[in-house]
Amino acid sequence: MDIPYTVETRPDTGLANGKLGIWLFLASEVMLFGALFSTYVILRAGSVTWPRGELNVWLGMVNTFILIGSSVTMVMAWASLKLHDFGKHRWYLLATFVLAGIFLVNKYFEYADHFARGEGPWHSTFLAIYFTLTGLHGLHIVGGMVVMAYLLGPGAKLYKRNPDQFTNRVEYTGLYWHFVDLVWIFLFPILYLL
Amino acid sequence: MEKVATHETAAHGHAMEHAHPELGFWRKYVFSTDHKVIGIQYTITALLFLLFGFTLMMIMRWQLAYPGAPIPIIGNMLGMANAPGGIMLPEFYNQLGAMHGTIMVFLGVVPLAVGGFGNFVMPLQIGAPDMAFPKLNMASYWVYAVGGMVMLVSFVLPGGAANSGWTSYAPLSITAIGNGQTMWLIGMIFLITSSLLGSVNFIVTIVQLRAKGLTWMRLPFFVWAQLVTAFLLLLAFPPLEAAGVLQLMDRLAGTSFFMPSGLVVGGQPLQISGQGNPLLWQHLFWFLAHPEVYVLILPAMGIVSEVIANNTRKPLWGYKALVYSVIFLGFMSFIVWAHHMFMTGMGTTISAFFQTTTMIISIPSVVILTALLLSLWGASIRYTTPMLFALAFLPMFGIGGLTGLPLGLAPSDIHLHDTYYVIGHFHYVVAPGTIFALFAGIYYWFPKATGRMMNEMLGKIHFVGSFICINIIFMPMFIQGLGGMNRRMYDGGAQYAHNAQLLKWNVVIGMAAWTMALFQLPFIINFFMSIRGGKKVTNDNPWDATTLEWAAPSPPGHGNFVTEPVVYRGPYEYSVPGAARDFTPQFEAERA
Repeated sequence: MDIPYTVETRPDTGLANGKLGIWLFLASEVMLFGALFSTYVILRAGSVTWPRGELNVWLGMVNTFILIGSSVTMVMAWASLKLHDFGKHRWYLLATFVLAGIFLVNKYFEYADHFARGEGPWHSTFLAIYFTLTGLHGLHIVGGMVVMAYLLGPGAKLYKRNPDQFTNRVEYTGLYWHFVDLVWIFLFPILYLL
Repeated sequence: MEKVATHETAAHGHAMEHAHPELGFWRKYVFSTDHKVIGIQYTITALLFLLFGFTLMMIMRWQLAYPGAPIPIIGNMLGMANAPGGIMLPEFYNQLGAMHGTIMVFLGVVPLAVGGFGNFVMPLQIGAPDMAFPKLNMASYWVYAVGGMVMLVSFVLPGGAANSGWTSYAPLSITAIGNGQTMWLIGMIFLITSSLLGSVNFIVTIVQLRAKGLTWMRLPFFVWAQLVTAFLLLLAFPPLEAAGVLQLMDRLAGTSFFMPSGLVVGGQPLQISGQGNPLLWQHLFWFLAHPEVYVLILPAMGIVSEVIANNTRKPLWGYKALVYSVIFLGFMSFIVWAHHMFMTGMGTTISAFFQTTTMIISIPSVVILTALLLSLWGASIRYTTPMLFALAFLPMFGIGGLTGLPLGLAPSDIHLHDTYYVIGHFHYVVAPGTIFALFAGIYYWFPKATGRMMNEMLGKIHFVGSFICINIIFMPMFIQGLGGMNRRMYDGGAQYAHNAQLLKWNVVIGMAAWTMALFQLPFIINFFMSIRGGKKVTNDNPWDATTLEWAAPSPPGHGNFVTEPVVYRGPYEYSVPGAARDFTPQFEAERA
């Protein structure tokens, strides 16, 4: 039994199932992070003092550029498939994966620095929301890396059988990846700069 | 995954091909990707949880009716930590209260209404071979099952289950000792994840997999209700997931998201960083939990609409009004949440806003109820068991809804809040409202799922007994609440003088609750006996209905339809003038 519109688009909606699915999933993610950003606003508005300069702005900025770079390589990974260049696609996807890894390594150094000073999430409201937001964002990065590892590893076999479906999967992964990137674009200023 | 060649996938016509290999027991019944099997798995699991949640309440009702008396029959099985000598401890009462709410809402009614009926009926009603993402569908059931297990296991852990109410208000829930609350939060995160997977699947299925000719305004109302419900689950649940994560951080990582400065517990100042906001939890919680009310009621309205149209042999009155109302309800349900918080001191300006939106949201609810009521006008009604439950839904939901109006207005809410009036109000919506509708749905779609009818006599005994008992249970609560009797009191509030005349009702309520349990026996017997021993249906459309699920075989095989269904008309063409029969199904080409 085949489910209709898993690969091809439905004429009257102009969508394939997965495309709609990933957008709906991202809508729910917007609500998840929206609630956390609202929490940030409410806690900050209700606080007596709010610490500034607690975080390493340079590391944060480097990470911002790393994620933006990974979004670019992600698009290239998809575009190469559209151009039927599977070899290039694999290099770009691998680059995205590696950039995501570097982001996490930087994040590890930042976390380790706080914990070395004994300043975990329990230390202050600021660090509480900092660790929660970046931790959840980090989990999303890990989730994206798992999917990329699958597409680089066992999932890549699908390209032989059904290149269109494989291309769609890379596209959906890309949409998710851009969202994760976008969340960071919001996180960086509110945590590091403001 | 089967072998799929690139250029052959476009043709979806062979979704109905029958030549697929027979699956083994585990893949067919346990880890199935068939929406009907998953729907039945949800239905049975949720019914068991409903029974479990009801049992918790029956134990609590003993304590309320006869405070301090040993619980009969099961009293000695509850354990020394909960009920030494069969006498319930206050801590255990709190656990039962918190878990009754959690189990009924998140493990019973929603999984039955959405996971059960939505999964089983919706793809059939839109003429789809399955859900859009069958594996995701299986995952959502199993994530739900794990969440349920986590909740159940928490009862036997040291310290017992969560005991801070189903709303888990901070800081009480954060300072609660034991593992119960932590388990509750972990369980909730599983349940929320399950809902998210399910809701994405539902929306994609409805948008993408409608049969040829099934335009939006030809969708059965049940499908509309499921669509709006799925959007509510999709967008309202994530904030609770966020809140759950924050509360977990407060409990496990020592943060103070919901913990204000200077908190003293048991005479000791807490060593925390402070500066948190307890109201924030309530906002995040109710931002989910109010739309959740509509998650409970909309699928019920959908079921009732189907049953009423079928048994009045008439088109639903005002189909378009119903559709627009349900969409409007969905939108509005996102901006009424703080009417649960009039007592918190959040300020009169905010109260004024939320009391206005609350009055506005009652309009589409009344439109829906009125349309269903007017559908009965002039009909020659078939009083089948599903119809009896559906008919009972109308006044029961009416009572539940109308008694909500005084709670939506801040001045009267201040008097009524935290009394049994509130309990009476929302139980009228959910118990004789939603759960009756769910029973109607089970009796109505049972022949589709099994190929056999349920017994009408047992069904009617079940209905009459439940209907009488449930009103004796909840009607006195309005009296108690108006008299000022507080909820959540371990002994019913015996220390307050104003309760002296009200406590006697607790005995009546208790008797009715236990009697109602007996009246569920005909249902349980009927349900299991009819699977093998029920009267066989003579055709695939035993109720002479018009919607697409009745075009499929009973029970439908994997892939649902024998031939791809095509839709020619609206969903409720009953008693069309000039037609030979009193129903003209959506899937029949020309008018017979």
